[in-house]
Amino acid sequence: MDDIAIELRGIDKSFGPVHANKNINLKVRKGTIHGIIGENGAGKSTLMSILYGFYQADSGEILVDGKAVAIRDPNAAIAAGIGMVHQHFMLVENFTVLENIMLGAEDSQILNKGIAKARVELKRLEREYALEVDPDAVIEELPVGLQQRVEILKALYRRADILILDEPTGVLTPAEADHLFRVLEQLKSQGKTVILITHKLREIMAITDEVSVMRRGEMVATRTTAETSVEELAELMVGRRVLLRVEKGEAKPGDVKLAVEELTVKDGRGVTMVDNVSFNLRAGEIVGIAGVAGNGQSELLEAISGIRRAVSGSVLLNGKPIEVTGHADPSELRDRGLAHVPEDRHHVGLVLKFEECENAILGYHHDKRYLNGVFLNIDAIRKDAEQRIAEYDIRPPNPRLKTANFSGGNQQKIVLAREMERGPDVLIIGQPTRGVDVGAIEFIHKRIIEMRDQGMAVLLVSVELDEIRALSDRILVMFAGRVVGERNPDATEGELGLLMAGVEGRKEAAE
Amino acid sequence: MSSPYAKLPGWVEYGLIPLINLAVAFLVAGLVVLLVGENPLEAAYHLLNGAFGRGEYLGFTLYYATTFIFTGLAVAVAFHAGLFNIGGEGQAYVGGIGVALACLWLDQTMPWFVVFPLAILGSAFFGAAWAFLPGWLQAKRGSHIVITTIMFNFIASSLMVYLLTRVLKPLGSMAPQTRTFAEGGQLPKLDWLLAIFGLDIGTAPFNVSFLLALVAAFCVWLLIWRTKLGYEMRTMGHSPSAARYAGMSESRITVITMMISGALAGMMALNPIMGEQARMQLDFVQGAGFVGIAVALMGRSHPAGIIPAAVLFGMLYQGGAEISFEMPSISRDMIVIIQGLVILFAGALENMFRPAITRLFAMQGRRAAVVAQTKGA
Repeated sequence: MDDIAIELRGIDKSFGPVHANKNINLKVRKGTIHGIIGENGAGKSTLMSILYGFYQADSGEILVDGKAVAIRDPNAAIAAGIGMVHQHFMLVENFTVLENIMLGAEDSQILNKGIAKARVELKRLEREYALEVDPDAVIEELPVGLQQRVEILKALYRRADILILDEPTGVLTPAEADHLFRVLEQLKSQGKTVILITHKLREIMAITDEVSVMRRGEMVATRTTAETSVEELAELMVGRRVLLRVEKGEAKPGDVKLAVEELTVKDGRGVTMVDNVSFNLRAGEIVGIAGVAGNGQSELLEAISGIRRAVSGSVLLNGKPIEVTGHADPSELRDRGLAHVPEDRHHVGLVLKFEECENAILGYHHDKRYLNGVFLNIDAIRKDAEQRIAEYDIRPPNPRLKTANFSGGNQQKIVLAREMERGPDVLIIGQPTRGVDVGAIEFIHKRIIEMRDQGMAVLLVSVELDEIRALSDRILVMFAGRVVGERNPDATEGELGLLMAGVEGRKEAAE
Repeated sequence: MSSPYAKLPGWVEYGLIPLINLAVAFLVAGLVVLLVGENPLEAAYHLLNGAFGRGEYLGFTLYYATTFIFTGLAVAVAFHAGLFNIGGEGQAYVGGIGVALACLWLDQTMPWFVVFPLAILGSAFFGAAWAFLPGWLQAKRGSHIVITTIMFNFIASSLMVYLLTRVLKPLGSMAPQTRTFAEGGQLPKLDWLLAIFGLDIGTAPFNVSFLLALVAAFCVWLLIWRTKLGYEMRTMGHSPSAARYAGMSESRITVITMMISGALAGMMALNPIMGEQARMQLDFVQGAGFVGIAVALMGRSHPAGIIPAAVLFGMLYQGGAEISFEMPSISRDMIVIIQGLVILFAGALENMFRPAITRLFAMQGRRAAVVAQTKGA
């Protein structure tokens, strides 16, 4: 019988009426990589937060190495040998690598001795696990992949034997993700136990030994990875059969709807985020913009939709210019047929504290249909909202519910319904399925393709390369603010990955 | 991830939790009274009796409440747009100019119901004007509204000293105040309203501006939740980036919101000037602008919460005066301490008891579920 590193018995946790974890049992064998997969809101994060001491379970027990332990706070978790790498890094940006690793484990009030000790220990860890990183580099100057490595080192420095990684590849390029997987393999070979939380089926198949599936707060199945398939896991996650590939016909591109010419955008600090970008978008086609997050895609979308002012360049919408370098008015652009699904639906696309129906008119609140003079026409607003809710199968079907109480997928449907249903000429979509569950992804993808087939021009930005490849008719790759290449959707992942990493791009530009 | 605070039933959220916070504030205040060497129960009796014991006392309580409804609404309106208007004090002070001008102009020739509407417009206009500048500076120059409104309180104070000692003071008078208004510049009392309940108003200055305050509260509700402007204000208050995305003009909303807020604060001046003293005196606002912040905080920026919160603070003002009268070792400052404690527990430490209460309810909910299950089986 194999040793069990961690065992959870009957873990139960409620937040008021929300039953986030229902009687969870889980065994993770020592020296394995164990995947935990589930849709958003399935309870993965809650379970791991209990394991790491952020929350207390209402009932149930946690056994580490066969002994029951009480994990009241993260310190207790660290003492029990559990380390966590968060989805959003917990690093002090202007500290060095060494300072970050020592933080909270300084040993004494006077730092000299501690620093020397940490440096030696860090060297040893680097050698042992092949995790090279310059200890004196400042965090904010490191690429994301290395920052993540620092997080892993932090956990190892605290003598973690069990490492929990929460959605670790969300911010990485395919190459960086591959590297992370090699590191995880290395950790495994040294006898560490890794728990990998993700919603990406491909990663589970690529790296884990065993996988547990969560659905609606319950642990529905545990499988040996070698004996399962992507299809089975997807079905277990959603509870029904899911179409993983999107069916779509040939694109029939028509007139140019959006023409971007030599657009340059700088951020608040004067750093060039979008560098001389030009492209055309035609009716009836989907153009995907691939790239690692932070390479100018967000700024490009914001400039086109009138939220951010560009430095130079021009954009034509239906042949007429948008004042991108002046005061473009987003509501005027909406009237001219430009709809925008922003990347950040929590802060931009929606007001989470609003009722659903109030969000259903955000940006369209000037529409005469929703107004009686200066007053809002509440009846019309609610009636329209109810209709959208029915068409887009938004659940729960209650237009008066606070938007924060909808799941990620349903929130995204609220935004999509609002932006698509007025039949715009150009639809700009950022991260259509970020934080959205598998069932809703299928629906959203179908809807986007339907819109294309009706002759809408769609500009799609996503950090999910799979999504870009599945939906786009043409793919533009952005790196460091520039479009470094255009490819067909049947380009291999490796080819696009190299472009995204700026390797091929530099060569192409040099030639 | 789910929020750690689960949703509680409405009566707990808006009834029980504020009550518990209030009770704790009074408990701690009681300890302070004990420390001074007095009997806290006796003090509590004088507080309640002094605020509600007789028609006259109640009249005073509601008179103060009227003032606080206006200033509370002013803070609340700005707060919905994410603006923290600390300048209610100065806006109310300057609003007094509008009231005084209307009264000085027409009080001898016109009845009160002609002067009153003009005074309302005047107070709103001057209050709005005084809030316009900080709003404009925030919108166009990025000067933070908290800083500018505080500074404008001081400027208002100096301005009013100048006006009341040089310009508006009648010749030959020694007091820094306007002349006393004739009948046209005095608001009728609401004695009939208390008489319905068999109470005698006595000398209390409870007047028709209370009704105006209720109308203003309703209009604020309409504005915030039923108009396009209110929708834009709330969008900006919750999420400025969403407002930008929706094409709302941040500077326009900031300026308009501040002007509405200032107008409401300015209207406060009607109550003491036309309703009580029948003249404009130096320093007639007496901190009501700052109390408005506490009232809005306690009332959760909702008119339906602001009215009871204003009555509570009216009670503290009136009952507190009574305590210091009946118990000489407790000075008037004691009331400031109690007010401070109410603000501390009901405002700043609002969430102190929430986790415990949430746990209590979660436990009860689960027990109920278990009972239901066993019954079902």
